[in-house]
Amino acid sequence: MAIRERLSGNEAVAYAIKQINPDVMPAFPITPSTEIPQYVANYIANGEIDTEFIHVESEHSAMSAAIGACAAGARTVTATSSCGMALMWEELYVAASDRLPVVLALVNRALTGPININADHSDSMGARDAGWIQIYAESNQEVYDNFLQAYPIAEHKDVHLPVMICQDGFITSHGVENIMLVEDDKAKAFVGEYCPEHYLLNAKEPMAVGPYAVSNYYMETKRAQRQAMLNAKRVILDVAKKYEEMTGRKYGFFEEYRMEDAEYAVVIIGSAAGTCKAAVDHIRETTGKKVGLVKIRVFRPFPEEELAKVLKNLKAAAVLDRSEMFSATSGPLGAEVRAALYSAKAEIELVNYFYGLGGRDITVGDFEKIFDNLEEIAQTHEIRDMYAYIGLREGDCHGNSL
Amino acid sequence: METAYNFKEVMSRPERLAPGHRMCAGCGGAVTVRNVLRALNPEDKAVVGNATGCLEVSTFMYPYTAYQDSYIHNAFENAGATLSGVETAYRVLKKKGKLTDDYKFITFGGDGGTYDIGFQSLSGAMERGHDMVYVCYDNGAYMNTGTQRSSATPQFADTTTTPAGKVSDGKVQIRKDLAAIMAEHHIPYVAQTTFTNNFKDLHTKAKKAIYTPGAAFLNVMSPCPRGWGYDPSDLMTICRLAVDTCYWPLFEIIDGKWVLSYEPKNKLPIEEFLRMQKRFKHLFKPGKENLIAQFQAEVDRRWDELKKKCE
Amino acid sequence: MKSTDINERSPWQDITEGNQIYEPATSRNFCTGEWRTSTPVFIEEKCKQCLLCAPVCPDSSIPVCEGKRGEFDYDHCKGCGICAKVCPFGAIEMKEGK
Repeated sequence: MAIRERLSGNEAVAYAIKQINPDVMPAFPITPSTEIPQYVANYIANGEIDTEFIHVESEHSAMSAAIGACAAGARTVTATSSCGMALMWEELYVAASDRLPVVLALVNRALTGPININADHSDSMGARDAGWIQIYAESNQEVYDNFLQAYPIAEHKDVHLPVMICQDGFITSHGVENIMLVEDDKAKAFVGEYCPEHYLLNAKEPMAVGPYAVSNYYMETKRAQRQAMLNAKRVILDVAKKYEEMTGRKYGFFEEYRMEDAEYAVVIIGSAAGTCKAAVDHIRETTGKKVGLVKIRVFRPFPEEELAKVLKNLKAAAVLDRSEMFSATSGPLGAEVRAALYSAKAEIELVNYFYGLGGRDITVGDFEKIFDNLEEIAQTHEIRDMYAYIGLREGDCHGNSL
Repeated sequence: METAYNFKEVMSRPERLAPGHRMCAGCGGAVTVRNVLRALNPEDKAVVGNATGCLEVSTFMYPYTAYQDSYIHNAFENAGATLSGVETAYRVLKKKGKLTDDYKFITFGGDGGTYDIGFQSLSGAMERGHDMVYVCYDNGAYMNTGTQRSSATPQFADTTTTPAGKVSDGKVQIRKDLAAIMAEHHIPYVAQTTFTNNFKDLHTKAKKAIYTPGAAFLNVMSPCPRGWGYDPSDLMTICRLAVDTCYWPLFEIIDGKWVLSYEPKNKLPIEEFLRMQKRFKHLFKPGKENLIAQFQAEVDRRWDELKKKCE
Repeated sequence: MKSTDINERSPWQDITEGNQIYEPATSRNFCTGEWRTSTPVFIEEKCKQCLLCAPVCPDSSIPVCEGKRGEFDYDHCKGCGICAKVCPFGAIEMKEGK
């Protein structure tokens, strides 16, 4: 019998870590992910798990030690947020190019400039090119479920890539919700033992990691990394299928919410999908308009073809980004979706919005306005701006906020 | 552990740093690595770590590793943290019964990766007390990128970022004393050494560092013929002069107790060490005598301070 | 994939995962002896087997077996000349060229 509980997102991740009992956890505190290493330290202090905690002096050292531990043959986990991830930056690339299946519990928080502790995706989106698999969650349940699936994906022989399991700071990490937990023995069996083929502490075979690779090898190495990322698509679905068999909870690259007959859709990542679902329900109930939602779960590898198939016959769609990238068109999700639809030769109208930066609220009313706007665009085929802001205060009428 | 140094036996041990690496002809760093690794008991396994630097790009250029043992390079500034992870993995895998062999953990970093960019990572690793040795092969500048000054560069050295010029006498600041800083971490073993005729000093200290449980730090002066500007064949002469002028004193700090390893009978004037090196050429121009005197005064001050600590 | 099978013409499929190498001391396959501009010559009859030349070699090119040094490893010796300078017996002479 599954265990019914009420946990915050951070507690849920920590609980998954407890069930997995990884070998090594190097971590450094940063709001809002601090609770995760705290909970794990408590499990260790009370003899509930035998993970070794490394009290590193920075996030850079957290990821450095994680790389060392993982290369040595240990199942390794760390957790961070925002600037902590920014400090790990260089090391994120090393973990991926060394092909080490480290798992990172990321609690998304805005990057500093100015300092802000609330949710947005600028940390993980900035790291989207680092070569990590990125899986996002809407709720505590999802982040828990995603975490249990992380190692089977990362450690799969056709993948061998690090995975970050992302949840929205405070909204998910600190909000307490009902959750169904997998029984300990089932969770352990699902994740399995870590038995790497090659590792530093293999007495039968010395191993060298992290060479200087000249131009003659660098590009081939990157191509091989891409192959692992491509292979990850199949593995992510296989693991999700097994997880569904165990729990009844279904996961894919993205969730389609009331998309069967939809003409207008929002594409979004993370906790705001819950608000959007409420808007979709309300609009459908009150107006009968055919609106829906696509919530991206897997951002890397990006499910380009699969997503285009779902979106391409809509009248209009809005892509919502919770991080800036100061491009001419959109945020990172907008750019990916636009590219996917272009490749699919879709003629759908597409508009991008920035929302929720630094923890700015987005409401059901905001989503209703977005759907109204989509309807107008579909009729006029006129898009005033490539992108607009939601909930931004404008000083005059020349702005482009919704 | 305190067995007599059997030079012939030590030299007959299997080589742990293979030839075919791309360090420059006459490189002091390679001599450091070879002789530190030689202090491992031949039957013991090891994982060797490495900060980015000359050593790394020269000893593991894909697909050529110069190491007989397992080896990990991660980045420039994190050799301490990286090996912390490896050592912790070892402890936990042993605890969980997944590993039976015994391993030692030794990581190498140049002065750039150790005194400067990797200082925090080193400090963290030492403070946490991982059972590992951090070896700094100190050649007194960022040699891999072409001799830029570091905090280990001696005062007045002409480097590519502190060039001697019409209104410059080279590096303005004096060297950071890293061995003392490491000693203040209250780790069980810290030592400073370089190459002396039959390498007894280096070997003995490396062995103590490797086989003392807990964190240990070795600072090894490793001359760089290109960066210092001397004939590569003069390696041992330059090391002898560094030691006999007391520019590079040999000492150890065992459980907090400072011990002087060698006191020259005849402390030589610092000019003898400086004169051999192009990086100090400008100090020998007429009118610059005061700079040599200033260099000498700093060497004397540190030597006196060291002797007091070792009393 | 063995390191000797990897070279500058290897397709990406043949590059080891994460550029890891699973063998010890593969650098032996790279001949740095090519770099030499002067060469140490071992004059065995002058050698007293004091071994002072052995630890100073940056290129592990003076093999020692059971307390005795052997001939130079010319595949790897870069000709730096440190050994010739430290030999107290004149048993190593540097000559111009390879």
